[in-house]
Amino acid sequence: MKAFARLLDQLILTPSRNEKVALVRRYLGTTPDPDRGYALAALTGDLHLPAVKPAVLRALVAERVDEVLFRLSYDYVGDLAETISLIWEAAGASEDLPLSVVVERLTSASRGAAAAVVGDLLDRLDPSSRYALLKLVTGNLRTGFSARLAKVALAEHGGVPVTEIEELWHGLVAPYGALFAWLDGRASKPVNLARGPFRPVMLATPVSESELAALDPAAFAAEWKWDGIRVQVVSDRGVRRLYSRSGDDISAAFPDALDAIEFEGSIDGELLVRHEGGVAPFAALQQRLNRKTVGKATLADYPAFIRAYDLLVDADDDLRHLPFRDRRARLESIITGKSPDRLDLSPLIPFEAWDELATRREAPPSPVIEGVMLKRWDSAYLAGRPKGPWFKWKRDPFVIDAVLMYAQRGHGRRSSFYSDYTFGVWTGEGALTPVGKAYFGFTDEELLQIDRYVRDNTVERFGPVRAVRAEPGHGLVLEVAFEGLNRSRRHKSGVAMRFPRISRLRWDKRPAEADRLEALESLLETTGA
Amino acid sequence: MTSPPLLPRVEGLYCPAGDFFIDPVRPVERALVTHGHADHARAGHRAVLATAETLDIMAIRYGPDFARETQAADSAWITLGESRVRFVPAGHILGSAQIVVEVGGTRVVAGGDFKRGSDPTCAEFELVPCDVFISEATFGLPVFRHPPARDEIGKLIASLGVNVHRTHLVGAYALGKAQRVIRLLRDAGYDAPIFLHGSLQRLCDYYQSRGVALGRLLPATVDAPRDGFAGRVVIGPPTSFGTPWARRFADPMIAFASGWMGVRPRIRQRGVELPLVISDHSDWPELTQTIEDVGAEQIWVTHGQEEALVRWCELQGIRARPLNLVGYEEEPE
Ligand SMILES: [Zn+2]
Ligand SMILES: [Zn+2]
Repeated sequence: MKAFARLLDQLILTPSRNEKVALVRRYLGTTPDPDRGYALAALTGDLHLPAVKPAVLRALVAERVDEVLFRLSYDYVGDLAETISLIWEAAGASEDLPLSVVVERLTSASRGAAAAVVGDLLDRLDPSSRYALLKLVTGNLRTGFSARLAKVALAEHGGVPVTEIEELWHGLVAPYGALFAWLDGRASKPVNLARGPFRPVMLATPVSESELAALDPAAFAAEWKWDGIRVQVVSDRGVRRLYSRSGDDISAAFPDALDAIEFEGSIDGELLVRHEGGVAPFAALQQRLNRKTVGKATLADYPAFIRAYDLLVDADDDLRHLPFRDRRARLESIITGKSPDRLDLSPLIPFEAWDELATRREAPPSPVIEGVMLKRWDSAYLAGRPKGPWFKWKRDPFVIDAVLMYAQRGHGRRSSFYSDYTFGVWTGEGALTPVGKAYFGFTDEELLQIDRYVRDNTVERFGPVRAVRAEPGHGLVLEVAFEGLNRSRRHKSGVAMRFPRISRLRWDKRPAEADRLEALESLLETTGA
Repeated sequence: MTSPPLLPRVEGLYCPAGDFFIDPVRPVERALVTHGHADHARAGHRAVLATAETLDIMAIRYGPDFARETQAADSAWITLGESRVRFVPAGHILGSAQIVVEVGGTRVVAGGDFKRGSDPTCAEFELVPCDVFISEATFGLPVFRHPPARDEIGKLIASLGVNVHRTHLVGAYALGKAQRVIRLLRDAGYDAPIFLHGSLQRLCDYYQSRGVALGRLLPATVDAPRDGFAGRVVIGPPTSFGTPWARRFADPMIAFASGWMGVRPRIRQRGVELPLVISDHSDWPELTQTIEDVGAEQIWVTHGQEEALVRWCELQGIRARPLNLVGYEEEPE
């Protein structure tokens, strides 16, 4: 349990994604079974322990600690699990109970006995392990580490592509003995016997106009790249599932999309939300994401549907080795006529030359289109991101010139730099209004330049934030690229950018030359957001 | 007790019988100083009575003319007016003392900042039974239980072994903490040179001159190559982390040695990746143990979490009150 507790703490404090993956990889490589399997399940969200309510924990601690001392401590620390883990006075010396023992004791406890088991475990563990235990039973680890990254770390540990892990994942249960035996070279790859398994998704590589010139347009099919969520819809002998592209089961949040399944097989498509006969912008889809359950009103206001791109399995036939041309024909025969409001076909874009496609790409029929997908007619469906068979040809991002208004200190290794920037554009009254925040897009060299500028031009300080000079004749103009714009009531300017990043530093421009809010507002109208 | 031998005033804790202040925060005629930390030892008093080490540290920090008149206290009684005083080790930093004040038949011990755990850089806390004990309360909440410092240094050494390409940038306050971290590293067998921010040099030299061996210390100079510090320990005061000095280190692992590292919000607030719970102050068990040990009739609680410690005393049936002295910042720890 100590090793697991330490891993959790390190994951929370380590800012770098790669370091986090390395920490988990090291943990998996040095921790015995079945502990590492339970830890992995905890990180992927697949460890289901009996939940213990905060009130129960408070009652437990009230038996041992003076109420006033507890209140003062909780006020100071601010987190219930942490306060209890620190204040708990164990009866004797702590032991390093294996995580598996802790998990097994919790899962075998009857409903009424869970609190007593937690109390007994708190008595035996050291403070860090107590914290980990309490985070487990209250169901919020909050390590900033996704299920996807956990699988990446596991794949690195075993030296296999992450897609192989994803393909197997839904047939497995903690503590994953057979999986580790395979990854450690002690056994052959487990067979996924579960119904409705996930199949690793095929992804496209980006391509530019100049790179296209070398390719034969006749070898490629083109279709729109929709700005929704890439999903896999599976129906297998009565089991229906909706998977995200990394293999997470998101069925519970989209019962309406699942209703669309009137076929037996596995479809690759885009999950989208309908709005007034068309496709709603990504913001509408966000209303549906990350929900454990979904109410009637949400279902009515944001009806989900699936736009089908590809057919991986038709009844019992695995089609993945067939060329796209054949899979597409099978897909068309399956989709035709069935619940068109729930499941429809992604239309192909007819074209003969690249410049013809380029023209269409500039004027897509819906604002919820990010660009064009190109798929070789002869391409098999391959896991991962092979270079060559599929390309994504994105629309150019939107770009505005904005003025740097505030800078905030970064975190971790960037904590000595002002690296988070709030930028604004001019209103009709000639004032700057903030329209977004960005903390990447620039090079290390540019970071040093902006940091220097911030320090030399600070007009006010609020804790870690500095206001910098931003006047028509004096200030720093940032070119900001972004993927789209949403209306927002939370922002004073009324708009919120999607995926903003600093694309260039415009030392050559005066702030007076930066964009106006009207420009963003008209963009809202043309993109229909 | 009819009139208390010590009472709080705006300048600090005052002894009417001896006409002196303990750790005054404003300039006074006669100051008795428990130790060299800036909120206890200030420049500008006419006369200062303190241990020889504290006087030396004040001279290093404020220049040799920090007071008109100084007197070094050893362990002997010193008579001041109608009172007598004695300095005994507090175990906090080099030269730190508790001040025992006797007026009539009443003995008050001003504990200053103190800790009970072992520390090779200063003399060990000495228990003095008394009628009134004045306790600090920097870590006066039951959530503060400092692990053994040796174990915390072990974490730093383990990280050096794993993250061989990263500079281990350890934040530690210049007086006391920095030297203790270095000494703990040496005692754990770490014998590579340790690199210092410029502001630590003089105090480290002074500790060495007082017999606290710190091994080979080198300046973390600007002109060294960027990767010259990879896998090395660099120690600087936390304030240096926000300056250009901190930016020259390749891929730094930010560590911080402080009792505050025992609670996660403080760790995150400072952007620390490697927290080291190493404290100059007593944790909750040490504070409560000390209060029991001194057997005082009354406990006066000063800077820190007074409320919780007073509450604990009440629960034990010990009379206690907060002193509410102003001017002591949150201990730089
Ligand atoms: Zn101190
Ligand atoms: Zn203090």
